[in-house]
Amino acid sequence: MDTLLSILRSIHPEVDFELCDTLIDDSILDSLDIIAIISEINAQMDVTIPPEEIVPENFNSAEALWDLIERLEDE
Amino acid sequence: MKRKAFLSGLAVFLALAAVLWFCQRLLMPKYQTGIVEGSMVEEYYREELPHEVLFIGDCEVYENFSTITLWENYGITSYIRGSAQQLVWQSYYLLEDALRYETPKVVVFNVLALKYNTPQSEAYNRMSLDGMRWSGSKAAAIRASMTEDESFVDYVFPLLRYHARWSELTGDDFKHLFSKDLVTHAGYYMRVDVKPQTGFPPPMVLPDYTLGANAMGYLDKITALCKENGIALILIKAPTEYPHWYDEWDAQIVEYAEKNGLPYFNYIGLRDEIGLDMTTDTYDAGLHLNTRGAEKMADYFGRYLTENYDLTDYRTDPDYAAVWSEKVKYYNDMKEQQYAELAEYGHLVSFGANAIEG
Amino acid sequence: MLFTSYGFIAFMAAVLVLYYLLPKVCQWPLLLVASLAFYAIADWRYLFFIVFTAASAYLIALKLESIEARRKAILAQSPDMSKEEKKALKARHKAAQWRWLLLALFLELGVLAVTKYTNFVLENLGKLFRDGRFHAIDMIVPMGISFYTFQTVSYVIDVYRGKQTAQRNFLKLLLFVSFFPQLVQGPISRYGDLSKTLYGPHPYDGKAVSFGLTRVLWGYFKKVVLADRIITAVTALIADTAQYTGTYVFVAMLFYAFELYCDFTGGIDITIGLAEAMGIKVAENFNLPYFSKNIKEYWNRWHITMGTWFTDYIFYPISVSKPMLKLSKWSRDHLGKAVGKRVTVYLSCFAVWLATGIWHGAAWNFVVWGLMNFVVIMASQELEPLYARFHARFHVKGKAPYEVFQIVRTILLMSVIRMFDCYRDVPMTFKMVGTMFTRFNIHVLWDGSLLALGLTGADYGVLIIGFFIVLGVSLYKARRGSVREALYRKPRAALYGVMAALALVIVIFGAYGVGYDSSQFIYNQF
Repeated sequence: MDTLLSILRSIHPEVDFELCDTLIDDSILDSLDIIAIISEINAQMDVTIPPEEIVPENFNSAEALWDLIERLEDE
Repeated sequence: MKRKAFLSGLAVFLALAAVLWFCQRLLMPKYQTGIVEGSMVEEYYREELPHEVLFIGDCEVYENFSTITLWENYGITSYIRGSAQQLVWQSYYLLEDALRYETPKVVVFNVLALKYNTPQSEAYNRMSLDGMRWSGSKAAAIRASMTEDESFVDYVFPLLRYHARWSELTGDDFKHLFSKDLVTHAGYYMRVDVKPQTGFPPPMVLPDYTLGANAMGYLDKITALCKENGIALILIKAPTEYPHWYDEWDAQIVEYAEKNGLPYFNYIGLRDEIGLDMTTDTYDAGLHLNTRGAEKMADYFGRYLTENYDLTDYRTDPDYAAVWSEKVKYYNDMKEQQYAELAEYGHLVSFGANAIEG
Repeated sequence: MLFTSYGFIAFMAAVLVLYYLLPKVCQWPLLLVASLAFYAIADWRYLFFIVFTAASAYLIALKLESIEARRKAILAQSPDMSKEEKKALKARHKAAQWRWLLLALFLELGVLAVTKYTNFVLENLGKLFRDGRFHAIDMIVPMGISFYTFQTVSYVIDVYRGKQTAQRNFLKLLLFVSFFPQLVQGPISRYGDLSKTLYGPHPYDGKAVSFGLTRVLWGYFKKVVLADRIITAVTALIADTAQYTGTYVFVAMLFYAFELYCDFTGGIDITIGLAEAMGIKVAENFNLPYFSKNIKEYWNRWHITMGTWFTDYIFYPISVSKPMLKLSKWSRDHLGKAVGKRVTVYLSCFAVWLATGIWHGAAWNFVVWGLMNFVVIMASQELEPLYARFHARFHVKGKAPYEVFQIVRTILLMSVIRMFDCYRDVPMTFKMVGTMFTRFNIHVLWDGSLLALGLTGADYGVLIIGFFIVLGVSLYKARRGSVREALYRKPRAALYGVMAALALVIVIFGAYGVGYDSSQFIYNQF
């Protein structure tokens, strides 16, 4: 989780990722941010997020993203 | 609640319809000054009494025969259902339309329009068709006349055609919203000015001199319609030479007339007999006759009509005499006004295509 | 049938009346019949293309689903499978699905590519090899093929991704592909969105019908009164590249921006409004795009369904694909973190904008147009740290004058880029845009030259009033929300009155039909 938070903060230092759960709905993350995050996750955590998982529900909060990562690691 | 919504919807709809109707009246061209030809077709419906002679055709009838002279000299009641560039199918449907109101004894058709076999111009179509009252004849006339870009809906709702005139409305549009002045004398368009004929460009050589099948088909229909209704049909070619009337065309009409037992007169060759002098009897260098010419033409043609057809001299009929004396008065008044303008300005100011609104 | 033809208006009215008169089970079949008829009226041969595309998507989607169902059945039968076995099973089935997906993409995009781009390729081969054998051939391009192909592709991919269950009724799928209001110019709907309301049943709802029709009228107002009026001047300006240079190019640019906005959003309003009147919710395609503060935002608010389509089906798959991730990792290790971070974004963006350009039209102009967008977006991305420094020093961010500046800047930038789809070819566009800075003839704005472009003073009057009406409505929407809802809260006559007023304005001030021109009367000849 900490790795994830540091990745997120490196992209948007001004956002409180532990609290915010409308990252997509409020257009805080755009598509460029999303792929930056995905490639960072891939590089640092060795998890590949497939395109079908790029939906608002999975990216709206750090927690949702963390759940997704855990689920993908599990499969 | 629902009822209220429905009622307010209905009220707004009716209001919209009323406004659209008003806009349509306002925006349709009035054809009262300048180009008055657009009023001709509509004016016919204002006639109170039937006519024994009906002319159909283009400017070669409505500018070349004085209906008032026919009345004054022979007591002939006539009307010219003419319009600018009236095409043969339009003549046919205008005749069909007229037959809903009266059955004349004689119909006179000018053959020049037979040169056109296909729809020609949207602007002229509108002038020949907008004035027609709605009937099967009008619908058929529209379908026969439409050029490629036109659509039937534009005739049903002329507002769709004339909506863009909002920026060019003139005093006439408001003045004549609900009432129009007569612009013709039983269909005759008066011009008293004189511009002598000087000469015309040599006629072009045509690839084919056969009159079109479509046009001739409508001539057939005119012939049949007259026969059906016991009307004598006379074919004429007006005495003016331009647009050029080719000998080849003339031969086809001569043949057609013979085959159908119709009289046909090409008045170009009869100008001396009629007494026409193209240095004084035309107002536009020979394209059309002026009133002097049209009166000569009418006198000549009236004599032929009374000698050959069983027409009534209505001058002794008080009803007719009353109606026609008004026409005569209007005719003489307009003539006087035109001569006065000529005397004052050297040319007409409130008549003709470039007239200024009064 | 153009939206602005009498035929389409009659067609629309007939469909709408039948839609609520017929029993409700007939609603979607009526729409299908109407859609196919709409297509067949344009050219009956088009039907083959659209049915082929729909049928291939239909069959392959079912196949994709059955492969997935088989995997689930196997899993259910053998509960004691190890994790590795499960993984292997999934990989096997995914591979099978992948092959079917590729087939679907090949068939659907293949038809699109062949019909739309063959001539482009042939002409360019001819130029390249100076060989006369390569020349354009006579080919039918089915109406709206770019739009319906994209819709169909998104449907198949969504089924492949397991986001969407396959439609079992072919006719229903065919309706999704061919739904006539959006056939010609979009929006590009997603099956998951549109199918919720497309098949009904929809009982008559007075509010929905009057709202829908109000939007249709608003669309016609923008299209017929404004876009079709100003297009006369736009056409004149871009046709004569010798005369209309300098300030004229600037005028053409702004006029075209206004025309395109009114035409495109107007058309979409007609589409969405008509659907709304039938109880069907079509995705929004615009969100006040000319209020955007930067290009990225603009592309999130202009032609939205196209943008999200490219994001979901091209941008994401490319950027998270294995080779791309590998490339990103490799460049991170060898070229440094800064490059590694950028390489994915740049390559994926490049691909998306190239594709967007090509999708807009088979011409180099569009390719360049797409790449210009790419350049501008990347540049603004790179400049972001600079902006941040600027804003730290000058506290103008969020202040009204600065926002207006940002909006104007965005509009101008987008308008310049858009010149590529105006002028004949790419070099000409560069040349014309260049004259804006080299030829000084600003006086044409007030010396009456603008009246020589086919528009009269009255026309400009209509355009100016129309511009302020559109601006006013947009501002209201941005600040207070739906104009129609506001009207609806007033007595019912207010909404109806607005509808009637719009109808009247469209009829009178619309730029349609044979303009009455008394000069057509060549008096002397007859």
